[in-house]
Amino acid sequence: MSPGGALPPHSVPALGPEQVAHVARLARLELSPEELERYTEQLDAVLAYAAEIADLDIGDLEPMSHPLPLSNVLRDDHVAACLDRDSVLAAAPAAEDHRFRVPRLLSEEG
Amino acid sequence: MSDLALQIAADVRAGRRSAREVVEESLSLIATGDDIHAFLEVLADEALARADAIDRSVADGEDPGPLAGVPIALKDNLCTRGIPTTCSSRILAGWRPPYDATVVERLRDAGAVLVGKTNMDEFAMGSSTENSCSGPTLNPRDRGRVPGGSSGGSAASVAAGFVPLALGSDTGGSIRQPAALCGVVGVKPTYGLVSRYGLVAFASSLDQIGPLGASVADAALCLEVIAGHDARDTTSLEGPVPDMLAAVERPVRGLRVGLVTELVEGTSPEVAARVRESAEALAGAGCAVEEVSIPQFRYGLSAYYLIAPAEASSNLARFDGVRYGLRVDASDAEAMNVATRTAGFGPEVKRRIMLGTYALSAGYYDEYYAKAQRVRRWVANGFADAYAKFDALLGATTPTTAFALGEHSEDPLAMYRSDTCTVPANLSGDPAMSVPFGTDAGGLPVGVQVFAPALGEDVMFALAGALERSAPTKEPPR
Amino acid sequence: MTDRLPEGWELVVGLEVHCELATATKLFCGCPNAFGEEPNTNVCPVCLGLPGSLPVLNRRAVELAMRIGVALRCSIEPSVFHRKNYFYPDMPKDFQISQYDAPINRGGRLELPDGSVIGVERAHLEEDTGKTTHVGGTGRIGGADYALVDYNRSGVPLVEIVSAPDIRSSAQAHAYASELRAILVASGASDGRMEEGSMRVDANVSVRRTGEPFGTRCEIKNLNSLRSLVRAIEHEAARQVALVQAGGTVVQETRHWDEGEGRTLSMRSKEEANDYRYFPEPDLVPLAPDERWRSEVAASLPPLPAGRRAVLAGLFGGSPTQAQLDQIRSVVTSDLDRVVAGAVAKGAPAALALARTANEVAANAERAADLDLDGFSRLLLLEAGGELGATQAKAVLSELLERGGDPTAIAKSMGFESMDEGELREVVARVVAELPEEWDKFLAGDSKVQGALIGAVMRATSNSANGKAVTEELARMRSEARGAS
Ligand SMILES: [Mg+2]
Ligand SMILES: [Zn+2]
Repeated sequence: MSPGGALPPHSVPALGPEQVAHVARLARLELSPEELERYTEQLDAVLAYAAEIADLDIGDLEPMSHPLPLSNVLRDDHVAACLDRDSVLAAAPAAEDHRFRVPRLLSEEG
Repeated sequence: MSDLALQIAADVRAGRRSAREVVEESLSLIATGDDIHAFLEVLADEALARADAIDRSVADGEDPGPLAGVPIALKDNLCTRGIPTTCSSRILAGWRPPYDATVVERLRDAGAVLVGKTNMDEFAMGSSTENSCSGPTLNPRDRGRVPGGSSGGSAASVAAGFVPLALGSDTGGSIRQPAALCGVVGVKPTYGLVSRYGLVAFASSLDQIGPLGASVADAALCLEVIAGHDARDTTSLEGPVPDMLAAVERPVRGLRVGLVTELVEGTSPEVAARVRESAEALAGAGCAVEEVSIPQFRYGLSAYYLIAPAEASSNLARFDGVRYGLRVDASDAEAMNVATRTAGFGPEVKRRIMLGTYALSAGYYDEYYAKAQRVRRWVANGFADAYAKFDALLGATTPTTAFALGEHSEDPLAMYRSDTCTVPANLSGDPAMSVPFGTDAGGLPVGVQVFAPALGEDVMFALAGALERSAPTKEPPR
Repeated sequence: MTDRLPEGWELVVGLEVHCELATATKLFCGCPNAFGEEPNTNVCPVCLGLPGSLPVLNRRAVELAMRIGVALRCSIEPSVFHRKNYFYPDMPKDFQISQYDAPINRGGRLELPDGSVIGVERAHLEEDTGKTTHVGGTGRIGGADYALVDYNRSGVPLVEIVSAPDIRSSAQAHAYASELRAILVASGASDGRMEEGSMRVDANVSVRRTGEPFGTRCEIKNLNSLRSLVRAIEHEAARQVALVQAGGTVVQETRHWDEGEGRTLSMRSKEEANDYRYFPEPDLVPLAPDERWRSEVAASLPPLPAGRRAVLAGLFGGSPTQAQLDQIRSVVTSDLDRVVAGAVAKGAPAALALARTANEVAANAERAADLDLDGFSRLLLLEAGGELGATQAKAVLSELLERGGDPTAIAKSMGFESMDEGELREVVARVVAELPEEWDKFLAGDSKVQGALIGAVMRATSNSANGKAVTEELARMRSEARGAS
């Protein structure tokens, strides 16, 4: 392990501002031009480091999405208590007619 | 506080000391001493009312539980009903959860008294507690240095003596690393040993809640209280909880301990020296210590910095200004989401959300996320191979002692590297803990890390107890 | 339901059906799964996506999904939940927990009553979203002033059933959707109420010149009834053919069916490629039903529509008429096949039992559950034996459904006691004498007037005559008159 040591070259292409802008849009974040430049530089550095694993030959191991070998963890179909509506809506930035109020939607999903 | 949790609880249960007296002492220490900014919120009135209730139950001949009257601090990503839970983020400012985390219920049922919520890196993303919307926490042993993170407020509150116990969360070392940098004990339990219900998620497959304490026995006591199956967390383990408190005094003679080469060589000379001394101490206590190389450890950090941000990008999507927390208004819903998230999240959180979004996005998934998951398996296999030969593993908790405030602020990668020794155990899910073991030349604490196989906490605590007994004398906070 | 495609063009349709499961609680929390409650009353930290909350999977929902799999002849496989990431206010976590590349049910088939078979690619479990209401302005999405969100439906268990692109006409799409609905209801998996949103259909529509590869498809949403499904497919197919014939190309997109205007409209969503960033849901563990669990679920599956139709067809010696097949389908769909089978078991004739059930009993379906099958079968025997006319029998049946009782007694109280032969002859002779023109035409072989004559007799007897007996008497009188001339 060599913190601060020189990084070996990797086969992963550099991350550009277009990709960072696209990712910011997917994540619903807005970046100023200066931020875009700075984040591009930083994310590219992190990815270049993390991408060392792209070239790592470890055979065809099963991807590990979870540390536990559990399966079929289920609950019974029994009704449990719900939250009090007034307190739920009191936490909302805006509510009306017992519902959460949001600005108009420009597109439909789902 | 001068007393340990074990002593306090014994005294309160026996009626030798009132919980009110204990809690008042803790509150007054915080009131006069918290210019290190360990706490975001101190709950004086609630804590005193709770202490009085405990004293009444003792007077009534009832047993308030194994943590009777023990003041405890909670990292601010643990949900507390009616009490602000902000994760040190502007986006959750003012949010009061309508429910308690499972660990909070268990602490209360065991007689503990919650005295406050502690500062942290925003959404647990960081290794210095500098990424907090309300400013950094200072290391009580050197105020020019960071306490580590992300559970820096919890570690500092114990190190400063405000409370004997605190809870933190550990996704890539966020309990162990600040414990090491502040000179306290910090435990990341086996994944699934402690319910995550009510822990605001950072990276769900890596997150575990654990204790930070002034002693190994206190940490064991606290972990026994919060551990155990919870039906509200599908990933919580059934079956018996390891016997940990009793294990602290258990002899370690004959245990086979592997000193992990990668967790010595990559560290600063002074850290490496203390780790080697700790290995000698264990050998002196009768352990069979041998050096072992686990080459996978070199790649854990890379896998971690793809997996954790990927999960985080999804976990943090819900902060959209619709149901709770901050909203910055705009003419349509999407613009409102963007304005809210842009104003509500700090730079490190944005960085990781974007990194994770990228790692999961079409065209990059296989190269980054899927590959990182296979490396994760490889790391876990590395542990498994080592545990075929050893009962436990030993190494440094951090590459260096506490670094200066602002030292890594402009270089995320340098900051990420301080997690290099801790992330492997999050990837495998196995337990690991940090125990103070001496200092560097400047008097800054060094932590050594003890690893054990899944649900091997008893062995881990036995070795931690032995290390604690043989450690050089602890420096008091400056 | 005609497919108005020009000669040489073929329609290709695949359907995605979302059905809400008939559980007591939601998919990942204990909130009630109920329709029509006060907004935001059936919510908790989990289905509101509050920070720190975690999902726990509902066993019953898994079993109902497995039932659907068994009913659709799918293989039930080990499955994994994934997160489908996209932002929308009705989705509290801003991701949907769904199944992606490892769905619980894979590779099934659905045989339609006409014998054609539609492939089922998958039937996977996922959670429903909340409900958004657009307020002010034009009231339409985009044109509204703001929106209100109710999370009662958020987290309700859904099974999404994806057909292969095997459907070749709007009529076949209709048949598939109605047969699927019947299966969902019969299996107990869902109430199948399209009007309440329990069953929602999206259609993937494309066209091609016969024999050529598949064309580009469009996905049509907002199909709230089978009628809309048929109209939307026909409209969309015609639109695509016209577009291609005019030299244009079909763009793959999601389109919205406007029921009022009778056309599909592009949703005009912002140009953003769908990048859902699926990854395994770390808060849930895999599902891996073992053989024992799968066979328990299979054994608990009630009889399905196709089998129930076969049972009724068997009552006709296996060769019912087309009209009877239609009636069989309708009584099975309306869950009245046990009425037919019950009456037949008590001796009633099958054809009459089927006809009366498909029409009169079905028309009063809410009372059908209380119908006394013994009384019903005795009524059918009275009608079959000529003791009651059809009109009379229907009147008695109506009373039997409403209030119950003994059919003979009801008939008597309605004055339907059968006339004796002499009495009937007198009345018929009198009526015939009053209608000499019609009688002459009848004698001359014009059978069209027979109805008028019978009607007149019925009026003269206040409907108490047996229609069949009147017909026979008219025929007897005709042959007598012919014999006399
Ligand atoms: Mg779906
Ligand atoms: Zn709920």
